[in-house]
Amino acid sequence: MRRQQRAADPQVPDRAADQGQGQAQLRGRETQDRASGLGQDGDLRGEVPEQGGGAAAGRRAAGALESAVLGVLWQASAPLSPGEVREKLARSDSAGPSLSYSTVVTILTRLHEKGSLSRERDGRAYRYAPVSDEAGLAARRLSQLLDRSADREAVLSRFVADLSEQDEELLRSLLGGASEEAQDAGTAGPEEARGRR
Amino acid sequence: MRFLILCSLLFPLAAGPLARAVSTRVEPRLATWLLTGAALLLAGTSCGALGLLVLSPLVRMPWLARLGDWSSSIVAGAGLPGGWTSLVAAAALGAALLAAVAFVIRRARALADVRRHARSLPGRGELIVTGDVAANAYAVPGRPGRIVVSTGMLDVLDDRGRTALLAHERAHLSGRHHWFTSVARFAASANPLVRPLASAVDYTVERWADESAAATVGDRQLVARAIANAALAAKATRAAQARAGAFGAVGPALWNTASARWLFIRGRGPLAKAGPVPRRVAALLAPALTPRRGLPALAASLIVLGAAALCAILAADHLQDLISFAHASVD
Repeated sequence: MRRQQRAADPQVPDRAADQGQGQAQLRGRETQDRASGLGQDGDLRGEVPEQGGGAAAGRRAAGALESAVLGVLWQASAPLSPGEVREKLARSDSAGPSLSYSTVVTILTRLHEKGSLSRERDGRAYRYAPVSDEAGLAARRLSQLLDRSADREAVLSRFVADLSEQDEELLRSLLGGASEEAQDAGTAGPEEARGRR
Repeated sequence: MRFLILCSLLFPLAAGPLARAVSTRVEPRLATWLLTGAALLLAGTSCGALGLLVLSPLVRMPWLARLGDWSSSIVAGAGLPGGWTSLVAAAALGAALLAAVAFVIRRARALADVRRHARSLPGRGELIVTGDVAANAYAVPGRPGRIVVSTGMLDVLDDRGRTALLAHERAHLSGRHHWFTSVARFAASANPLVRPLASAVDYTVERWADESAAATVGDRQLVARAIANAALAAKATRAAQARAGAFGAVGPALWNTASARWLFIRGRGPLAKAGPVPRRVAALLAPALTPRRGLPALAASLIVLGAAALCAILAADHLQDLISFAHASVD
């Protein structure tokens, strides 16, 4: 776990930024989502759940790219420019060989909007650094806690348990049946995103 | 008495059918109470039966008879079980008690850890949003309980889906659902035959929270879709992270234990091999369970549990009667 390594690494300067409380963050997100509607924002979002479906075999999905970019930035000791991020991504090979500069910029911008990255102006470009938000650190501490015993997992109630491959197929067929009946879906999830494409 | 003890030891075999019938047919809140109670009762009576088997040869001992002032010859002539049966019972009872104590210690530690974690989370609000891209959401029991949601999870849900998610987690916290699952697991640690009931309680508390979320948003289909999409997104992001090397092999390990637990309450039909999430979604898409529909399952399980309790009580009563008779004969 790269993030955890970084959190534990004393050499890395802690850029703890005041993220405020979860409530405020959620409210902020909701207004942002409402403002942007289901435009560009929705396109990127829709890709995330599709990775497991095997539909995005050739193309790398947004979720994977985001975590790869975050991984590079968590490991870096100083803020990076998009060019440097791209270079490091190519070297670590964790994000595949050829990512265009503009793709990297898009991902960085999106992560910045999400509040996962902070940025500073450097000449004509920005340099990005991960925001080590308090909540994120706390959550990572918890996942470390969970690693140690299955009992802790039993005490926390997760919204959804892990799916097997069969479960995934079954869920997709159940969703298919349900979405025909009601169009006002309670989610901006996979089926909506696919419908738009 | 041998027959009554044998019955008490065999009743936990009904745990599987009982768990299946109640968890699928009885309304989740009642089902949770019933299944948790059933787990405690069946584990308790079977351990009690083992205890009687261990006691039987002991009360025949002359020194104990002198101590308790009863006639050992009368007790010895009553044909109580003993010998190897009692030795095996003693071993089983010892193992059960040891496992139960070990479970209590482990679970108490886990609860304390989680409580500490709940306190250490930033801010004082109930909801905490982490900047994690992986879709994840869970409730942390404590005083007060906290709800942790990742931005990855918020991304796959719209406003009403988020409301449903929060209502679901709040139901877990306010209903103190972790106590039900812990008590049922405790019973299962003492008697492994009761495990199907513990797995069923894990499932029914989720159903309970789902139905209370559905009551909050006023749309069961919406909750079903939110759960399905959240689960699909969680699986996708976890797979992506495993590929990117950002997360270790944590997920799969927990996953296996979760599905292994589920093995115990498999049924028939298209959902025969399904895990808890598709079952929850299917249950929400189907019409809500009415008390009337659950009545046969409820009545059947109460009869089974009543019979199990009666067997254990009669067996204990038999031994007690015998000893008081032997006691009276001395006088």
